Amino acid sequence: MSQRRVVVTGLGATTPLGGDVDSTWKALLAGQSGVRLLTEDWRELLPVHFAARVATEPADQMERVEMRRLDRSEQFALVASREAWKDAGSPDDIDKERLGVVIASGIGGVITLLDQFVNLNEKGARGVSPHTVPMLMPNGPAANVGLELQAKAGVHTPVSACASGAEAIGYAFEMIKNNRADIIVTGGVEAAIHQLPMAGFAAMKALSTRNDAPARASRPYDLDRDGFVLGEGGGILVIEEYEHAKARGAKIYCEIGGQGLTSDGYHIAAPDPEGSGVQRAIKFALQNSGLSTKDIVHLNAHATSTPAGDVAEANALRKALGSDADHVAVSATKSMTGHLLGGAGAIESVFIVKALQDRLAPPTINIENLDPAVTVDVVRDTPRQLPAGDIAALNDSFGFGGHNVVLAFKSL
Amino acid sequence: MALSQADVLAGIKEIVEEVAGIPAASIEFDKNFTEDLEVDSLSMVEVVVACEERFGVKIPDEKVTDLATVGDAVNFIVNAAA
Repeated sequence: MSQRRVVVTGLGATTPLGGDVDSTWKALLAGQSGVRLLTEDWRELLPVHFAARVATEPADQMERVEMRRLDRSEQFALVASREAWKDAGSPDDIDKERLGVVIASGIGGVITLLDQFVNLNEKGARGVSPHTVPMLMPNGPAANVGLELQAKAGVHTPVSACASGAEAIGYAFEMIKNNRADIIVTGGVEAAIHQLPMAGFAAMKALSTRNDAPARASRPYDLDRDGFVLGEGGGILVIEEYEHAKARGAKIYCEIGGQGLTSDGYHIAAPDPEGSGVQRAIKFALQNSGLSTKDIVHLNAHATSTPAGDVAEANALRKALGSDADHVAVSATKSMTGHLLGGAGAIESVFIVKALQDRLAPPTINIENLDPAVTVDVVRDTPRQLPAGDIAALNDSFGFGGHNVVLAFKSL
Repeated sequence: MALSQADVLAGIKEIVEEVAGIPAASIEFDKNFTEDLEVDSLSMVEVVVACEERFGVKIPDEKVTDLATVGDAVNFIVNAAA
């Protein structure tokens, strides 16, 4: 069983940079920002007037009746999963008892919950949609994708705030390793651009308030960073047992080597300044993948653009990777996508798969003055070429609650 | 206010198309909601609430199970509004 290897055979995404993987990846390499002023009147309630909405509305890709039964997070999951499934070659004839779905969300169908509460107050109980509960449940995105694909090996939804998307991929990886499934559609989504969650994040002083320059607001590692920018959308991967993928002649992007999971035991929202949980997660991910720090050439950082978080993470990376950090190209793609919460670790995993394929680390934009406390090698402004030959990359994701998830990807 | 059968049928067609995505042209008086039109139980709740709003009638929950066909619903609403 320990011989089972896990590879990536399909990708899908809907993000603030594009309605699919190709358009998103092109915009990412071009250093474009997906952050824009909100057009809703409610923005005036908030100290923050901008966010990173998806570039393509799900309505452009879905039937109207389907839309009305799905929360926005579920719509994102279906749109990205359909792309990923097609990219994997639409293997509809596989054994459905060996097909799983693991899709996370940080806060589930929060927009449905809040909209239906308004309906209740305005129209009474009869005004509440009978689809409310299936729309607001956090496992709704996974459940709807599982239904569509008739997945019967198990449908799951890990929840760990902003680490959820990465944790989902790790969970799916374990399902294949442990021989529960041969193929899994996995990732994360989020749809929380609404005045209430935004007011909550703003009350924590977690959001940037750079209202005069939204596209410049998400600036990980910059000296003047002042918080994250809320984004929406999702990323999906089809992952598969290596022999299963080979047997059906699937296109194989790369291998998932392993994961490292730890928790801080420190604070509900603040990062542990020592970063020991992050360091241990990196160590475990490398150990479980049979990799050493020397093999790592690229890392997609969590780096959300908060004053405390970016430096705590960079310090932990430096300590965990030691002098080998000198040859790790660190990219903070939230500078362009904003922070997709439960979708973040998933779209960033999609970006790592593309980076390994194209041998290009995406840029980090908006760094005018690099914070001198940041001691890792940040890819700034333009993409950086990655070496030829066997290479590996890490994706780290952290969530409120002190969750640390590190995923290791290897070229194949 | 009295409603004609034709008016109510036309209204129900619009509602079922909106809620369940079934083309209005295929919705006829003698069609069964679940067996012919495949309106599931959750969507049926939406249809009932939309009919109440549109025609200004009350459709009690215990009556909903009696409304097997489009025609049953049309007749119930016409009588309730009379």
